[in-house]
Amino acid sequence: MKFGIVVFPGTWSDRDCYYSISNILGQKAAYIWHKDTDLSGFDCIVLPGGFSYGDYLRTGAIARFSPVMEAVADYSQKGRPVIGICNGFQVLCEAHLLPGVLRQNDHLQYRCQWTYLKTINTSTTFTSKCQQDQVLKIPISHYEGRYYADADILKELEDTSRVVFRYATPSGQVTGEANPNGALNNIAGIISKQGNVLGMMPHPERSCEDILGSTDGNLIWESIIASI
Amino acid sequence: MPVSKEQLEEIALSRKEYNLIVQKLGREPTEVELGLFGSLWSEHCGYKHSKALLKLFPNKGKYVLIKPGEENAGVIDIGDGQVVGFKMESHNHPSYIEPYQGAATGVGGIVRDIFTMGLRPIALMNSLRFGPLSQPHNRYLFGGVVGGIGGYGNCLGIADVGGEIYFDDCYTGNPLVNAFCLGTGKAGELVRGRASGEGNLIMLVGADTGRDGLHGASGLASRTFEEVRELRSAVQVGNPFMEKLLIEACLELAKTDWIVGMQDCGAAGLTSATVEAADKGGSGMDIDVQKVPRREKGMTAYEVMLSESQERMIVIVKKGYEGKVRALFDRWELHSDIIGMVTSDRMVTIRDGGQVVAHAPVEILNTPPVYRFRPKRPAWLDGLQNLNLSKIKDIPSGQVGKILLKLLAAPNICSKHKVYRQYDHQVGDNTVVLPGSDAAVLRIQETPKAISMASDGNGRYCYVNPFLGGVIAVAEAARNTACSGARPMAITNCLNFGNPDKNDVYYQLQECIKGMSQACKKLKTPVISGNVSLYNETRGVAIFPTPVVGMVGLIKNVKHHCTSAFKHSGDIVFLLGNPGDDAGLGSSEYLELIHGKVEGSQQIDLEMEKQVQDCVIKAIERGLLNSAHDCSDGGLAVALAESCIQGGIGFSGNLNAKGRLDTALFGESQSRIIVSVSPGAARRLESLAFRFNVPVTRLGIVGGRQFSLKGHIDLPVSELHQAWWNGL
Repeated sequence: MKFGIVVFPGTWSDRDCYYSISNILGQKAAYIWHKDTDLSGFDCIVLPGGFSYGDYLRTGAIARFSPVMEAVADYSQKGRPVIGICNGFQVLCEAHLLPGVLRQNDHLQYRCQWTYLKTINTSTTFTSKCQQDQVLKIPISHYEGRYYADADILKELEDTSRVVFRYATPSGQVTGEANPNGALNNIAGIISKQGNVLGMMPHPERSCEDILGSTDGNLIWESIIASI
Repeated sequence: MPVSKEQLEEIALSRKEYNLIVQKLGREPTEVELGLFGSLWSEHCGYKHSKALLKLFPNKGKYVLIKPGEENAGVIDIGDGQVVGFKMESHNHPSYIEPYQGAATGVGGIVRDIFTMGLRPIALMNSLRFGPLSQPHNRYLFGGVVGGIGGYGNCLGIADVGGEIYFDDCYTGNPLVNAFCLGTGKAGELVRGRASGEGNLIMLVGADTGRDGLHGASGLASRTFEEVRELRSAVQVGNPFMEKLLIEACLELAKTDWIVGMQDCGAAGLTSATVEAADKGGSGMDIDVQKVPRREKGMTAYEVMLSESQERMIVIVKKGYEGKVRALFDRWELHSDIIGMVTSDRMVTIRDGGQVVAHAPVEILNTPPVYRFRPKRPAWLDGLQNLNLSKIKDIPSGQVGKILLKLLAAPNICSKHKVYRQYDHQVGDNTVVLPGSDAAVLRIQETPKAISMASDGNGRYCYVNPFLGGVIAVAEAARNTACSGARPMAITNCLNFGNPDKNDVYYQLQECIKGMSQACKKLKTPVISGNVSLYNETRGVAIFPTPVVGMVGLIKNVKHHCTSAFKHSGDIVFLLGNPGDDAGLGSSEYLELIHGKVEGSQQIDLEMEKQVQDCVIKAIERGLLNSAHDCSDGGLAVALAESCIQGGIGFSGNLNAKGRLDTALFGESQSRIIVSVSPGAARRLESLAFRFNVPVTRLGIVGGRQFSLKGHIDLPVSELHQAWWNGL
């Protein structure tokens, strides 16, 4: 299968996604320039992390107007898989392909550290290879990662099992201390109503090799590969 | 043009230097020319006080591809056609005046030095020094600097893998902010900062030119602090997004054959970029400042040439390829403008539309005077170097635990995670050893190799003994990389000193350089790049002489790398190196923290240092070691405790101290490494140590939850962890 990795001006996870997908998982990957609109030929679109347009305005607020994002919206409406990581998650929220927003971390500092994600929903395109409640060790790196949504949206997300990952302790306890940014309900990743768009703050492309400290990110990539 | 005292002061040139300019040109310089000279002959660009001394540094080695001064950064060959380039640079004065932007643009500048050469920057480190955080202004500076480093670096997608931070009163009026950047690339794709080929075009790319940063090099970096309070406008404002675009665009350009060179606009902006590129290329340049895109109206030629607006580069484009180059930058939504061309007359010609405002030989502009002094050894050093232990009470055995906790919580020793968790240290998918160990380790993708990076420089040691302090700065940085399993390859450095016109400061600079040179020769780590930051003083009081060494080592197979954390219950812990003596207490953290004294010279035997390092590297390459940790600040007890804390596991052992207890526990005797091995490997380690002529002492066993040294300390590791974790 072939992954398409979108590159906005200021994106930096593109290279890491490319490396992990092609060198570790042995799949095809290609970059998609933010001005390109032809997504045919790709089996999954990746919106990687970084600081699109410098994130000088609200994160993702400018990137959502890129020509490629219209194509991504069309692509997702066809039920095809889209994964937004970190800045990619922020862009998906700004583009209304996912509900809610990512606000500044509650401690008002950038945070780069390992986090432990409890897998809440394993029946998605992105988590089918995970066990129920499996804890994944995947790092974060962001300043605006505090998931927030209105109470009714949050309730809908919870009621329809659209919260895919929560920040937890290494043993899987969902606690305030395990929450690195103040996200509501410890939310680290959510999925769209149709189940084909995932947004997550942690970086699965950084945890695909033992030498880098974890291979848990592979479970997400392998789930996507298995679904195609 | 008769020059006034005020004009000369503004650009920090002496009357004597002005007269030399007149003599060399055979006439008075124009206003713009004077500005060019002020920048190029500043200490920051021209190294006029340090050049003679810097020649002492060894800079040759069979793998050294680019030596200091040749290009923007030094480059070494790591085999298989791959190269690594790195450099360290200071941004001390700007960071004092405006900490966030000062530190941010420090990062921006050092990163440009790397990608200008066609190398992809993959790692950053920072070496920081502040006054004690108990003072609110120091906290403000600290917060601003850390924020600026993170704010700029995180946006670039370059892993910031740590570095070191120290606190001392002497840095209160003069913090140190040194940034260290490393990049990788292919030998055949290196780009030079040269302008050659008559008729080739000079393109200015990236940001527009504004009035920010005027006199940064001459005014800010070449004076002492009480003079610079009013110079806030000399600090630049960074735009990391623009820099990120420049990185990608320039690296793309580096792979083409459309250009002959690239040079970033750093200190002294367009002035140094154009003159240096012309000098290196043996050519001349003809520039029209009217063609330089500007942020504001009414800027003079003088201001355009001296602006230090960030995120700008000059590209020397082969004639006929300008359309292709422009299209490349357009794609990245970056400006690119032809501002002049290369000439063969070895002259720098600056035009302001139709009018020539400067026309001077490149060689005269780029040949500042070199000052040599014969400093006398300051008499006060004798008293300082003498450590009178008879006046210092040894530790009563019952107090050991309390003192250990105090040391672990001390700002100079405690965990710096509150700082480095604000930096993205994993982007790039290369970081194998995260910040917090002795050295960071980054693998080189698609090879079995890895690079180890460490920075070090103990100002207190250098203050008490500038020569040995210089030796130890190099030795310890090398030891840190050796503890990760890397063979130390080469260094970069940043020499942070006071006003070199003073005898004592010049003496410190001279001795430190001599000491560093000696260690570099012995450890076979040539100096491939560096930076000198002088005039670091406030109200006439200089900082501790603080040379910071950035060491880079090579790990042949990343599978065999090592960290400082204890790993397995039952592992046996050994000390490699001499057990240490009373000299180890000299200028130690313990002596200052517990007894309030900064005195007594450390000692070091470079022969032993080399043997210990070679032994530990070999042991790691053979897969014998489960951990290796340099025994430095806080001595043996602190090093053991740190290995426990980082591994989340206990230790129990004996301290066979014959002499003073404080020496044995907290002395910082050099050339010592604490290692742990599985019981089955112990014999092999001992025989390896014997072969390398390295003394080896069994200290105890890893395991349990207590940290215990029989008869002296018995504390839960969790308690040590808490002190260390929450110290900052």
